[in-house]
Parts: sequence; structure tokens; C-alpha cells
Amino acid sequence: MSANLATVSYIGATILFILSLGGLSHPETSRRGNLYGMIGMAIAVIATFLGPRVTSGGYAWIVIALLVGASVGLYAAKKVKMTEMPELVAMMHSFVGLAAALVGFASYVDPSVQLDGASKTIHEIEVYVGILIGAVTFSGSLIAFGKLNGKISGKPVMLPGRHWLNLALLVIVIVFGYGFIQAENTNAGMIPLIVMTVVALAFGVHMVMAIGGADMPVVVSMLNSYSGWAASATGFMLNNDLLIVTGALVGSSGAILSYIMCRAMNRQFLSVIAGGFGAAPVKAAAGDAAQPEGEVTPISAAETAELLREAKSVVIVPGYGMAVAQAQHTVNDIASRLRAKGCNVRFAIHPVAGRMPGHMNVLLAEAKVPYDIVLEMDEINEDFPETDVVMVIGANDIVNPAAEDDPGSPIAGMPVLQVWKAHTSIVMKRSMASGYAGVDNPLFYKDNNRMLFGDAKKMLDEVLAALEI
Amino acid sequence: MPLIIGVPRETFSGETRVATVPEVVQKLRKQGYQVVVETGAGALAHIGDDEYREAGAEVLATAAEVWTKADIVFKLRAPNADEVKLLKDGGTLVSYIWPAQNPQLMEQLAAKKVTVLAMDSVPRISRAQKMDALSSQANIAGYRAVIEAANAFGRFFTGQITAAGKVPPAKVFVIGAGVAGLAAIGTAANLGAIVRANDTRQEVADQIVSMGGEFVAVNYEEDGAGTGGYAKVMSEGFQQAQREVFAQQAKEVDIIITTALIPGKPAPKLITAEMVKSMKAGSVIVDLAAEQGGNCELTVPGEVAVRHGVTIVGYKDLPCRLAKTASTLYATNLFRLSEDLIKTRSVDPAAETGAAAIQMNMEDAVVRGTTVINQGAITWPPPPPQLSAAPAAAPKAAVPVPAAHGHGPSTKVSSPTRAAFMFVAAALLFALIGYGAPTDFLGHFTVFVLGCFIGYMVVWNVTPALHTPLMSVTNAISSIIIIGALVQVAPPLDAAVTRPEMLIKGMAVVAIALTAINMFGGFAVTRRMLGMFRKD
Repeated sequence: MSANLATVSYIGATILFILSLGGLSHPETSRRGNLYGMIGMAIAVIATFLGPRVTSGGYAWIVIALLVGASVGLYAAKKVKMTEMPELVAMMHSFVGLAAALVGFASYVDPSVQLDGASKTIHEIEVYVGILIGAVTFSGSLIAFGKLNGKISGKPVMLPGRHWLNLALLVIVIVFGYGFIQAENTNAGMIPLIVMTVVALAFGVHMVMAIGGADMPVVVSMLNSYSGWAASATGFMLNNDLLIVTGALVGSSGAILSYIMCRAMNRQFLSVIAGGFGAAPVKAAAGDAAQPEGEVTPISAAETAELLREAKSVVIVPGYGMAVAQAQHTVNDIASRLRAKGCNVRFAIHPVAGRMPGHMNVLLAEAKVPYDIVLEMDEINEDFPETDVVMVIGANDIVNPAAEDDPGSPIAGMPVLQVWKAHTSIVMKRSMASGYAGVDNPLFYKDNNRMLFGDAKKMLDEVLAALEI
Repeated sequence: MPLIIGVPRETFSGETRVATVPEVVQKLRKQGYQVVVETGAGALAHIGDDEYREAGAEVLATAAEVWTKADIVFKLRAPNADEVKLLKDGGTLVSYIWPAQNPQLMEQLAAKKVTVLAMDSVPRISRAQKMDALSSQANIAGYRAVIEAANAFGRFFTGQITAAGKVPPAKVFVIGAGVAGLAAIGTAANLGAIVRANDTRQEVADQIVSMGGEFVAVNYEEDGAGTGGYAKVMSEGFQQAQREVFAQQAKEVDIIITTALIPGKPAPKLITAEMVKSMKAGSVIVDLAAEQGGNCELTVPGEVAVRHGVTIVGYKDLPCRLAKTASTLYATNLFRLSEDLIKTRSVDPAAETGAAAIQMNMEDAVVRGTTVINQGAITWPPPPPQLSAAPAAAPKAAVPVPAAHGHGPSTKVSSPTRAAFMFVAAALLFALIGYGAPTDFLGHFTVFVLGCFIGYMVVWNVTPALHTPLMSVTNAISSIIIIGALVQVAPPLDAAVTRPEMLIKGMAVVAIALTAINMFGGFAVTRRMLGMFRKD
């Protein structure tokens, strides 16, 4: 295959990748979109494999490596539980980061490309930056994986003077970068490169360690973005437009997701990255917030079933608590039972429900909830006043009226699901403990709110049993 | 002996209501009170003495007996001078007082060393709504205003198309959307009329719409919400704009119902003689503010007047025209108050020693606000309520507060200065790149920037429900980095070049394996997820 043919194939692959992302605009077209992605990837790999830059000496190596990777990847994809999707995604981000760093090193020590003057400097900067991003993505994603997995505590780890520490690391990276570009030969350049890699790894660890568990959706999407930029940097390094475009697509996708998540939590991106949600300044503000007055009215599973049976329209608001309790299948059973009676059942998803963007939708889809009754916050908020019963399952901050009513609240201004406007709301919760934001929820004290205390799965099973009588 | 509640007959001329009804008598007795009622107290509200007796009340022959026997007197209208004399020293009176308008009465009562709870001074907080007699009576007045209007109006309210021809619906304009105004809007809308309404308080627009009305805005920036959920006096500029709107409405509508009151002030004159003249003949104005002088210049308080062919109803006693309902609601308000008094330990109905059992708990916001004279000491006006029903103030305060947490203004995406700054920064960056970079790099840079924009456009179109598949598929796609590793395994080499073969090959192969995990795993798991999304 000639170089030109390979380039044309790359253009085809680029278009297919764009179509692949475009297909995700609707569940109907999404499967075809995924197929486009696969075809694009296959074209790109085959074109490279058969192209002028790979000689026959490498075929065996490549095939073996592909087979090993493919079998591991397919096995993981088959076995992963939907609740563990964020972990899988984080793990995969780290692979991309590591691969980018390795390719960067290999490119640097490879003497087959000879450049001089400005081109050489640019190429070295590209290598340096590529390895930097790759290393940060790698170590950051590993820590994110550990945090999502529970292997590392979700609490933000705050080192004293962490902002200064980050700044110092940045200065080291820049200083060694200068040394790297000035280096006479490959061997001399290796020392600054390795020092920078270690610093980058440390930076990735430090950055994610400082971010609290509630901000995980932002971190996962941010690392998604980084893995894209790493691919782009590699593209610059290798003068390959396909890598550049694809990396840019992925990078902007992750950046947009981070932005959406931040907006949904009413937070600035920088303050999330700086870390420590629920830390000292927020706690102090919580004291100013108005204490909700009134009484909490508990309800039993049987009474809940009674309310649901009478209701003409029901909205279910799931939170991560539902996923933890593995209650989504029971929820679907309750929903289909109510729907069979002609009740209008819908699900309301807050953008940050779950551990990564869109996580709750996937969990409900897994439980066989039809996607056309699963609605976004903006689609359903207007419908709450006409809703008879709202069931809030394992969610707290995303239904907190203080975000709208109480300017002193730490979550003031965060968009929330207005469940309190419904005729009755039922909150299922283990106890009266507050959510991640550490804010008391005035919803619990409203006249039209009932509390169903207990494990979500157990309680929902009881509700389902009561409905079946 | 338990405390005795006395209910005398109302003596005010034209008053048809009574301060308690048999159902409430039963409830009061359950609380531990004895109830005595003057004979004929409920006659004008069509409640006979026998009904009171059946409910367990004792019916006494004269007012004097009731006044002297009762520890607590329940009344509607403020007592007249004779009644004040009958009130026993150290007793307790619950009725309308209007302390601001009746300083003399207040002094007389204070001289008797009595305790007085004024039903017109119940604080306007949500907890006290159930005992807010002004609201319960205003609701009735609003309803009755529409009935009076319908009575005086020579047409249907609802539009009809009959065999005998088409009847257009009546157009009703309600001024002031307080309790009475909203009740009028709801009643008129239920009768089928087209209802428009105006209020100086912006926040009631939604309530007007929810009652079936249409909000007519005055194009002038000023919010009329005063303290305690009432309206305040507006600026001259606003009043001018408001008059124009009213003049326009007067020409269009058939019925105007005015309910504009400002506490402690004469009613604002909103409908001028000119406007009345401009109305169609046969139109009706019902002036609910007649008692405070009226909202219409031509209103004759207490009477129905016809001016320029327009019937102007100025009755001051609309609730009295629905005596039974008005009495029942007022009696229930009193009962709720009594419940609250017991809860706050202000009154112990079963106590043996009459007067000592009544000790107002002045710590409680509701009791404090309602009590205008406490054992002879004038305690009016009360300190302002802490929880005012003025939600309009809260959102305004909300804007600066998030900034105080160091999150910055979250909603303002780009102010002009910020946009300009970004633009300059971007221009500088591009200039720098264009200056220093070789042509080759610029080509790639162009591709990169365009790639970012395509990504931006495409990804905003992705439905939020598919964000997780989006992440896994972008993950799979980002394994395109494999190409970088592929070309490093065994590139064509010039014979002259020697390279650390095993090192590079080793790193490249590891990178290929890693990205292959990603590629195959990512696409496969995306496929698996998307397969779950099914339609019903």
C-alpha cells in the first residue's frame, strides 16, 4: 500500500469517527455509530499495517500484541458489571496515557527520524509534551480507578500547601524541558525526560488524590479529555493528522462532559481541580444556611404501595444509592407493574446522578427500563406540579430545595429536580444523614414529603410485594 | 370549674355573622371549655339556639349574662362602648379590633385590665394561616363580589353559541390579586368569563395564571411587595403607567372588581370618573375597598350606585351576605387560635382558677403578634415578624452569595470584557504560533484546531442519556494512538542508521497491546451498553 493510499484511508477513518460520535445523538442511531467507529478503527489499523511504515519484520510482533490486547479487552468488556463502568473507563484511560508515554519515549530514542533547526525543537517539544500528558493521564487515571473502586479512600487528601506544590512541580517541568531541548544528544536528553516523567506521574497522583468522591464524574470526564489530548500530542509528534483529529475529537468531548458536570453541580472547573469539595470554607458557609423547620413524616412500605396504586402519574428519581443497593431491577418491576395499570411512570435523571456522566441511564437500561420514559432534568422539571407521587431512591443533594430557596446554602444555585412541587414525594433513605455536600435537606421536612427509611432494595421489594396483593 | 367561652350576639348594624357555630362548639368543648351563647346569636346566619344547645352550649337570655359569665369572649366586630363596660375586669376578648384605627377603644380596653387578642393582627406567617380570619373572610368577599357583579350584569358570564344566536363571554378585570382578588378570579373564571388581573406585586403573576386569569402587566420597573405579603404605596411614575393600563382595560372589559388595599391607609383611587365614563353601558364595578373609601372615585360606600350607565357596587359587608359560610370559617379560625393558645401554654381550659389560667406566652410569634393588650398593657404594634412572606427579596440576595464561596459567578458565561479578553489572548497566541512555528507544524495545527471545533459541534448533539457510551466509545477511539506504536515496531530503515532495536520494539509492542485492550474492550462494552437501550 502506498503512502498516499494510507493517507486517504486515514481521511476515511477520520470521517467514520466523526460519524460515530454524531450517531450518539439518539439511541436509535447510536448502534450504527458504534459500528462506524469500529470500521474506522479497522481501516486505520489495516492501512497502517499494510502501509509503507511497517515492514514485514514487524508483522508477527504486531499480530501477537493485538491478539493479547484484544482477548483481554473483550474479556473485560464481557465481564464488567454496569455499576463498575466508571472503573473500567478510568482503567482504559490509564492505558491510553501509558501508551502515549511509551510511544513518546520510543519516538525520542528512535534515530530513524532526523530533523534539524526549528523543526527539531518543535519535534522535541511535542515529544516532551506528549509524554507529559500521557504520564499525567496514566497516574491520574490509576488513582481515579482506585477511588472509584474503593481501594483508595474517596476523601480528598489535602497536602499542606498543595497549590504551591503543584506550582513547584510545574516549574520543575519547565526547567527540565529547557534542559531537554538544549541537550546535545539522545543520552543527554534522557535524564531531563525521565525526571519530567516522574514529576508528571507524581502530579497526576497528587491531583486526583485531592479531589473528593462526589466530584468523580468531573474527574472521569476530565481524564477522558486528557487521553484525547495525549493522542493529539502523539499525532503532532509523528506528523500524523489522523491522530491529531481523533485526539481533538476525544479531547473536546471530554472537556464538554466536564463542563456539563461542573454546571450541573454549580461548580467552577478550576475549583473542582483544585480539589476538596466539602472542605473547610464550605462547612463554614453551612452554618449560615437556614435550618429547616418542621417535622419528618415517616411512611411504611405498605403505605407507599397504597400511594403508588392511587397515583395517576409517578416520577422516579434514582441516585447512586439505588445502584449501590442493586435495586434497579426491582425499580423496573415496580415501574412496569404501575404502567400496566395505566399509570404514567417516568424516570428523572439529574446530570450528576451516578459516578460518571450518563451512568444512571445505563444502569436503568440494563434493568430493561425503556429509554423513552427516562427523562433529563430539563425535560421533566416542569411536569412535577402535575405529578401525584415522586419516589426519590438513594438521592439527596440533587433534590434539595435549598439550592433554589436558600441563598446561604453551600449548594445554592445548583440546578435540582423540583420534586417538592409534586403532590407527594417519598424519599427512600437509610437514615437522616446528609449527602456529599454535607447540607441538610429541607425537602425532608416539607408537609407533602414522606420518608421511607431502610435499605433501598429491601424496601422496594416490600413495596413491590404490597403492590402485587 | 373549666374556663367559659362566651359568644354574644353581634350588635353592629348589618352584621349577620356570629363568632361560633355548633360544629366548632363541639370541638371547643373537647378542648375542655364550657361555651355560653346569647340567645339569637346565630339567627341571622340561620343557626338556631337549639342547634347550639345540641352541640353542648348553654344559651343565655341576655348579652349581659354572657359577658359577665365568660372568661373569654369570642366576637366578630370590635366591641362598642357599652360592650366594653360589660366586659369583666381581667377578662379576655378575642375579636377584630383594628388597633391602628381605634386608639380610643384600645385605651378603654386597657383601662379594664383585660387581655385582648385581635383577629386582624394575626401575623402573616405560614404557621398562622389557619387562624388568619382576614384571609378567610376576604376569600368570601372575593367570591361574593363576582356573584354581586353577575347579579347586576345583564349578560351571561360564559360565552355560548345557541340556536338563538351567539353570546360573547363577559370580560372581567380584577385589580389586586390578594386573597379576595384571587378568589374573584377563580370564581369568575369558573363561571366562564375571560378574566384579566393586575397587581403591583410581580410575584403574584403565577398565582393569577393558576387561578385561570391572565396577568396584565404594567410596563414600569417597580415591585410593589411590602412587608407581610401586603402591597405598598407605589411611585408617581408607576401610578401614571398603571392608570394608562387601567384606562385601556376599562374600555375593553364588562366588569371591574377592585380589591386594592394598603394596610392602615385609605384605599388608592385607581378607577377615575373618566374611566367609568369610558365603560360600556351596563358594565359593573364591584369595589371591595369600599370600607376604606373605595378604589373607584364614584363609589358610594355601602350602597349600589349607577353612574354613567355603570352599576357601581360599594357594599361594605360582602362576607355578611354569606353569613353561614363566613361564620363557619371565622369560628374555625378562632378554634385554631384556641388550639395554638393551648399548645403554647397561654391558656389552660381545664384550670380551676379562672383568670390565672390565661397567661399569654409572649415568646411565641403568633401569640405575640395577635395579643394587642396583655392584662391591661398595650402590646401593639408587635415587633416585625421574622419570617415575612416576601420571597421577592430572597432571589435578589442569592446572586452575590455564591461568589462569596469562591466559586465565582456561575451563570455569567461571558461578560463583554471577558469575551474581549479571551479574544485578545487567542489572537496573541495565534500570532505567537504563526511567528515561531515552521510551515509543517502550522498545517497540523490547522487540522488540530478544526478537529477541536468538529468535536465541539458533534458532542453537544449527544443526548445526555448516552454520555456513558460516549465516554467508552471516545475511549475506544482514542486508542488510535496504536498507529504511533505500529509505525515504530519495524519501520523501513536506511542501512546507515542503527537504532536500539529491542528497546523501541519492546515499548511499541507493549503500547500496541495496551491500546488493543482499549480498542476492543471499548467498542465491545459500548456495543453491550447500547444494546441495553430499548424502546418500549
